[in-house]
Amino acid sequence: MPEGLAATHDHPSHPALQHHFENMEQQREAGTLGMWVFLVTEIMFFGGMFLAYTLYRFEYPAAFVSASNHLDIKLGAINTAVLIVSSFTMATAVYSTQVGRQRTTIICLILTMILGATFLGIKGIEYHDKYNDHLIPGQLIPSRPFAPEVAKPGDTDPHKLHLIEGATVQNVQLFYWIYFAMTGMHALHMIIGLGIMTVILIMAWRGKFSPEYHAPVEISGLYWHFVDIIWIFLFPLLYLLGRHLEGHG
Amino acid sequence: MEEFEIPKQPGSNYLNAEYGLKSWLLTKDHKRIALLYLGAISFFFFIGSLYAMAIRLELLTPQGDLMQSSTYNKTFTQHGIIMVFFFLIPSIPATLGNFLIPMMIGAKDLAFPRINLLSWYIYMIGGVITIYALLAGGVDTGWTFYVPYSTTFSNSYVIATGLGIFINGFSSILTGLNFIVTIHTMRAPGMTWFRMPLFVWAHYATSLIMILGTPVVAITILLVALERLAHIGIFDPAAGGDPVLFQHLFWFYSHPAVYIMVLPAMGVVSELIANFSRKNIFGYKFVAFSSLAIAVLGFLVWGHHLFVASQSVYAGMIFSFLSFTVAIPSAIKVFNWTATLYKGSISYDTPMLYGLGFIGLFTIGGLTGMFLASLATDVHLSDTYFVVAHFHYIMVGGTLLAYLGGLHYWWPKISGRMYPEGWGRFSALIVFVGFNLTFSPQFLLGYMGMPRRYHTYPAELVSWQVLHVLSTAGASILGVGLMIPLVYLAWSLRYGRIAEANPWHLPGLEWQTASPPPTENFLTTPIVTHEAYEFAPPEHKEVVGKFERQQPAET
Ligand code: HEM
Ligand SMILES: [Cu+2]
Repeated sequence: MPEGLAATHDHPSHPALQHHFENMEQQREAGTLGMWVFLVTEIMFFGGMFLAYTLYRFEYPAAFVSASNHLDIKLGAINTAVLIVSSFTMATAVYSTQVGRQRTTIICLILTMILGATFLGIKGIEYHDKYNDHLIPGQLIPSRPFAPEVAKPGDTDPHKLHLIEGATVQNVQLFYWIYFAMTGMHALHMIIGLGIMTVILIMAWRGKFSPEYHAPVEISGLYWHFVDIIWIFLFPLLYLLGRHLEGHG
Repeated sequence: MEEFEIPKQPGSNYLNAEYGLKSWLLTKDHKRIALLYLGAISFFFFIGSLYAMAIRLELLTPQGDLMQSSTYNKTFTQHGIIMVFFFLIPSIPATLGNFLIPMMIGAKDLAFPRINLLSWYIYMIGGVITIYALLAGGVDTGWTFYVPYSTTFSNSYVIATGLGIFINGFSSILTGLNFIVTIHTMRAPGMTWFRMPLFVWAHYATSLIMILGTPVVAITILLVALERLAHIGIFDPAAGGDPVLFQHLFWFYSHPAVYIMVLPAMGVVSELIANFSRKNIFGYKFVAFSSLAIAVLGFLVWGHHLFVASQSVYAGMIFSFLSFTVAIPSAIKVFNWTATLYKGSISYDTPMLYGLGFIGLFTIGGLTGMFLASLATDVHLSDTYFVVAHFHYIMVGGTLLAYLGGLHYWWPKISGRMYPEGWGRFSALIVFVGFNLTFSPQFLLGYMGMPRRYHTYPAELVSWQVLHVLSTAGASILGVGLMIPLVYLAWSLRYGRIAEANPWHLPGLEWQTASPPPTENFLTTPIVTHEAYEFAPPEHKEVVGKFERQQPAET
């Protein structure tokens, strides 16, 4: 960054320029850096949970494999695809704002939001399945404590918990605690993201953005991509690792 | 300095720009937000001090005659929580930092004024929830919230307090974020990185810790609260969890957090030492980079809190070694401050008295940290009053003194009034004496084996009681020493001498504008052409020590 960014006075003042900035360039620079710094904070926030995951995965590999195999890999994969596409539509929204195509921006933002909502919907279905199988850890829902039915050898009922050798129900519960903490926190970020997108959509609708002023779209885009990337890590860690050890049909 | 225009008679400054409660509660001016913080923080400091008084009174006698053990547990817990999370962590950054960083780099405001205000509201919400928890029945886990006691056995308001601290953490994150972005993007023309005052460097390093460490403790406390709520968890050994993981996560934040508390204080002291010696700081870049080094190394030493908590000996040795490396940048600072004093024309005004006090007390605090960071001695000293004395030497003797010094130093800028210098020096002396009398006996107590967090001790050990009595006496003196500034600073708001724009005759940018400053800080964006502590033209550098005080700027 050039020293003393504040020095350049050449742009005429834009209506979106806040009083304490010297010019739009400085304002955009500040906003973007602010979001990056925030995302670093977010990484540390999720980092605590990733650490716990890593630790217990090494401590209780069998239980983690058994619990992981009980997750619905199809829904998880669909959700992964949904988020990747939403990242694409988000990127397109940013690009079309930069080149001043307002209609494309609006369409892309709406698509992004629909995809985000789809993700949450599918996540809801998954959570409900876990609820049905009595897999909500502890007494998170007091009327429905953790009490999965463990399958006997040969039993292929997918609603029952299939434990491979060395796994205990108690440690499976630990997995589900981490699963709900991480995906729940991620879902919360998606919901906040949808809120941000609503604001951006309204602003785009009102024609606030132009090739000179598009920082808010860009900055919200950064946030959206970040939330997607968290999922890109969660999916293999929670759903995929240990699939090959599947002990049942 | 001539190139800076000093507004003659500002028609309005940030204090009289607008009137009414609303103009304060909705302000986006970093200077007003700093004052909002100042008020709130002082309130919490007052509450925290009440708890401290209760603790010292109880320890006056060997028996538990003032309170029961359960009450005592709550008292020291609440003292710790309020002082650490609601006073020390925000103290210097949120008040002095908020007020001064934009002014020191020649900006009109922080990069995100609205987020700045938001951070104050978040702080207040966290504070109100915590106060609610204290009134509803309190919390008794210690400020460290160790599991499984906090998740399973404690019968107190752990969730509510945890929620308060969780929320409060975000105010700290937002402050750090704001500072980082401001320092990167809002510097005035000519304000290069190496022309920034060291106060700004220190806050940059602090902000890094705030944004990297605070989210970790936030998620940790959230997990504790959820675990308590849902009776299952990551930290519960009964469910296959690991309680030591909690300690790792907690100290991963809380050791760096001690540097959140002390780095801004070091920034203040760098300003005080250079300016009141009227000399460029010795080894500017070393002092600047040592702040960053402390921030980085501070993240690598948390394991020294787990020497007696089942950590492997090898991990212990590594953490011990790394803890010793933190001493290097800290020592660089102390040596450079001392070298700056050498041949300086030192004036012993109140802020400088606090600054000098800081150097001595921080050194004692830091060196006793080395005792604790040595594996063998720590086994003996861990969880004794030695630890209590160690961190109070740094947190009170260091941070609180620097905070008071900074408050006096910038008081003319903040309030537009001078404080009474005689009273200032007098109370600085009282604080210094009271502080040492309070905490130096605690080193001995700890060394002799008095455990921390106990409200009774054996009556046969007369020497213990003598030391406790001395400590309580010191605390009373300290209390008086802290009351005096409260009174005269409030008095000065109305009756103090009107301050000039630059009452200390200093080169810093914050002094090149009116006292109190206008809302936009500077009438025109300043153009910076000199280094932070340039008291003499470069060709006169060799006689810098004898360089006369600059003449007061015309008004
Ligand atoms: C610079 C500012 C510092 C501050 C504000 C500070 C603060 C603290 C605090 C609050 C505790 C007590 C934690 C508790 O409640 O158990 C503590 C303990 C400790 N400190 Fe420091 N400290 C500082 C510097 C250092 C340094 C430089 C070292 C050594 C390199 C050090 C080594 C230790 C150790 C080993 C303990 C643990 C003692 C025990 O519980 O056995 N500290 N410090
Ligand atoms: Cu430490």
